[in-house]
Amino acid sequence: MPDRFAGRLTALEMFGNYAYTGIWLLIGVGFVLVTFWFASLIRPQRPNPTKLENYECGEMPLSASYLQFNVKYYIFALIFVIFDVEVVFLFPWAVVYNSLGLFALIEMLVFLLILIFGLAYAWKKGALQWV
Amino acid sequence: MLELRPIFDAIGEFLNSILPEFWVTIVSAFGTGAIILGVASVFVLFFVWWERKVSAHMQQRYGPMRTGWHGWLQTIADGVKLLQKEDLIPRDADKLVYLFAPVVCFVAAFLAYVTIPFGEGLIVQDLNIGILYIIAITTFTVVSLLMAGWASHNKWSLLGGMRSAAQIISYEVPLSLSLIGVIMIAETLSMVSIVVQQEGWFWNWYVFRQPLGFIVYYIAATAEANRTPFDIPEAEQELVAGYNVEYSGMKWAMFFFAEYINMLTISAIAVTLFFGGWHAPAPFLDFIPSWIWFVGKCLLSVFVLMWFRWTYPRVRVDQLMAFAWKFMLPLAFVNIILTGFGIYLF
Repeated sequence: MPDRFAGRLTALEMFGNYAYTGIWLLIGVGFVLVTFWFASLIRPQRPNPTKLENYECGEMPLSASYLQFNVKYYIFALIFVIFDVEVVFLFPWAVVYNSLGLFALIEMLVFLLILIFGLAYAWKKGALQWV
Repeated sequence: MLELRPIFDAIGEFLNSILPEFWVTIVSAFGTGAIILGVASVFVLFFVWWERKVSAHMQQRYGPMRTGWHGWLQTIADGVKLLQKEDLIPRDADKLVYLFAPVVCFVAAFLAYVTIPFGEGLIVQDLNIGILYIIAITTFTVVSLLMAGWASHNKWSLLGGMRSAAQIISYEVPLSLSLIGVIMIAETLSMVSIVVQQEGWFWNWYVFRQPLGFIVYYIAATAEANRTPFDIPEAEQELVAGYNVEYSGMKWAMFFFAEYINMLTISAIAVTLFFGGWHAPAPFLDFIPSWIWFVGKCLLSVFVLMWFRWTYPRVRVDQLMAFAWKFMLPLAFVNIILTGFGIYLF
């Protein structure tokens, strides 16, 4: 049985690892905003009421744009949340799979069968039908 | 000989000798960020030109020819033009969200490069959850497309944004599941460790042990990047241009910057996980520097993505969703189960 905590990081190492992500976040946001600012110095800015209308194939917009849309989007979002959470559970299991042997295989089959059953249920109920 | 690692090692040593550890982290984070930003920009400039040339030649045209030799300056000229374009914000738009949608889109694409190994030792930070981190960060693209679609206060944008979100979250599930097989074999999430395990001849590459996983990954990744045949969000003939109808100038350019960076990201993940990363296909070819192998493989993969785009027609939106949930997802499950039995039996 390998020592599963051997590669565990100290708080300082963790900071060293993820400090990059944080600083890159600042670089990314800064880069985009500075580009916008620089563009604003050299581009023309002559708005008029017609220009600021929403584009609707050249016609005058008919109504407010926050119209009702298909409820299917909501159902797919719900199915996504269910499956994506289960995928997150599979990641740590996949890392240690090889060292757990037969136990992990049976566990995996049970877990995946529950997932597949859920998919089959959603399928049969017509939740996966996009009309 | 041409390896870049000694240069960065020397810079790191120099920084360590003059600064305390905390400031070394800060300085090197800013330094690497600037370098990757530059490298990514060059790649994007090249990809835009390359895509136009590839599409042109596949359709027996020439494509850009007049700016520079075979039009290689075309993207730069386009960039200068976009910089000078008037930036229209619709009167009814949600101004703050409208401004930050391209920011989120770009940052989500850019942050993935924290843990992509460009060559032996050429990785910014070898995070121990590497691949999970990349999947998590790049998914923020969905948020930016929804922001753009909603904030524009335009019917086409709204529909395009919703369709993008539906498409990307649907393909997110098979994409994540297709990588589980590789992780089960590799027993790690770290990008460097996964590459190190694929050393030697090319038959050690994981694509030969995970062919099904690779196919599912590549199709799902094409859909994630909104590339044809899965470019429903931008379907010009039905949605004008999707979520970015109202965007112009640099804000529009940022969305496309991010899209081309994402093309490189999905190619880099494919190369790292399935095609041996920086390793040469045969040990005697090791004299060519590792980063050239990595970039070469990535460029080949990007070319295949462009090839897809100019070969396949666009699928319909209901076909698209059905394909994700009724074909790709079961296939990804089958792949995990087969891999599980395979590891246990052999």
